[in-house]
Amino acid sequence: MTASTQDAGEPEVDFDVVVVGSGPAGSVAAYRLAQAGLSVVLIERGEAPGSKNLSGGVLYGRVLDEVFPGFADEAPVERRITRHVTTFLTPDSSVGIDYAGRALAEPVNAVTVLRARFDPWLAGKAEEAGVFLMPGVRVDSLLTETGPDGATRVVGVQAGDDQLRARVVVAADGVNSFLARSIGLRRKEPTNHMAVGVKAVVKLPRGVIEDRFGVTGDEGAAHAIVGDCTLGIGGGGFLYTNTESLSLGVVLRLDDLVRSGRTAIEVFEHYSQHPGLAHYLRDGEIVEYGSHLVAEGGLAMVGEVATGGLVVVGEAAGLTINSGLTVRGMDLAIGSAIAASDAVAEAVAAGDVSAAGLAGYRRRLDASFVMQDMRTYAKAPAFLERTGMYGAYGELAASIFEGVFTLDGTPRKHLTKVAWEAFRRSPVRARQLVSDGWAGVKAL
Amino acid sequence: MKTTTVPERLAANRFEIDEDESHIEVDQELCRTTGTGKAIIAVCPAGVYSEQDGEILVDYAACLECGTCLAVAAPGALKWRYPRGGFGVSFREG
Repeated sequence: MTASTQDAGEPEVDFDVVVVGSGPAGSVAAYRLAQAGLSVVLIERGEAPGSKNLSGGVLYGRVLDEVFPGFADEAPVERRITRHVTTFLTPDSSVGIDYAGRALAEPVNAVTVLRARFDPWLAGKAEEAGVFLMPGVRVDSLLTETGPDGATRVVGVQAGDDQLRARVVVAADGVNSFLARSIGLRRKEPTNHMAVGVKAVVKLPRGVIEDRFGVTGDEGAAHAIVGDCTLGIGGGGFLYTNTESLSLGVVLRLDDLVRSGRTAIEVFEHYSQHPGLAHYLRDGEIVEYGSHLVAEGGLAMVGEVATGGLVVVGEAAGLTINSGLTVRGMDLAIGSAIAASDAVAEAVAAGDVSAAGLAGYRRRLDASFVMQDMRTYAKAPAFLERTGMYGAYGELAASIFEGVFTLDGTPRKHLTKVAWEAFRRSPVRARQLVSDGWAGVKAL
Repeated sequence: MKTTTVPERLAANRFEIDEDESHIEVDQELCRTTGTGKAIIAVCPAGVYSEQDGEILVDYAACLECGTCLAVAAPGALKWRYPRGGFGVSFREG
């Protein structure tokens, strides 16, 4: 295995680039680096790409069209999301906003994916471009050396007894980010920045799914649910349509979960048996149960993304956004992979893979939609830590609509009076409502 | 949808169990003194951790490999890494 750009006098490398992790970030980075003429190995600890990967399931895929135009027609995606529903759930009622729009269908805005099917397709694209895929191998650590400038730089990876040396390592090893942490690029996050996602894939016939969710053909719906689904714990529920299954899950902020005295299992079971969801889930069969650690700290979690011989992409770099209405990770992962692969190709061509040589990654990332959106939603995590959303607001909204729609023989009142009375009965205080409302407007 | 238990849900998954080595080790003393034991029991969606007579038991074969336990553990109380290549859970849906 000799690298294509080996020059006399340079250290021997097995590949120009080692990419660790074949999720969307790793596979897109590997693909683009191979396209740029570099020799690339893509190492995956699972028996095949995707076998360790799990998402809620909505990919906002416009950025992937930049790499693979019209990918949704070719890739094994589930459904094209044309309906977004946001629901406040109480123990015995729900109030929702239902947006269905043709504008979401063409061009394709978002698709549901099941990662064990989608990720192999993406890794296959990288292989077709010449990437050497190495599945079933766990990378244990980074190989480092002191460079000519006296700074420590990454020169490869250690996997069991084997060493692979490269000019640049791309850490696409996911949210736990062991590689970036081992070299001090990432810290252990406080628990209010982290959440656990617990998910079941629920099998149902496709016609049943279409009827229950109000979609046809290959269109689908994405439901975001807050309130009693998490028993008041910070976070929320999701219910997404796949072709012949539903992705049903809760995301629970770890500080709040531990403080609550409840368990993630208990909350997931409460959610999956919630009467407010029963009509969607009836007769469904759980065919898989999984979980995923979710980084929710937003901009505050993004630290250094490059050092000598190493770039960090995707969730490993802390690139996720929870705006309350949309939860994003895969699109940011792909965006970071585009920025990183351009910068790495340039650095290798220039013969400078030091921290300074790879600084182009951060510049490109900052200029891209990835960091622009991370900055836009910088205040969202703190807003979502405000507690009203997970209990009292849903109760208040439900109580207003109960007043509007319950004709029990008592004289009718104008909507403003119904709302005012509901508000006075609710534990929500005016000051809190105004403060949260204003914070929400600024954060989202 | 019918009610299911964690073992029933996990039974639908595919696992390749590493009989030779566990990828999880707990420090019993630190788990007690730092509250890590209670926290990892609370957050683990697979029920990997349980407590018996003040000791934390680890059923590493059920691990879904999310790393949530490590995120709540006090420094030194838990050694958690990914299983060796090719072992552990294999999602067919994901």
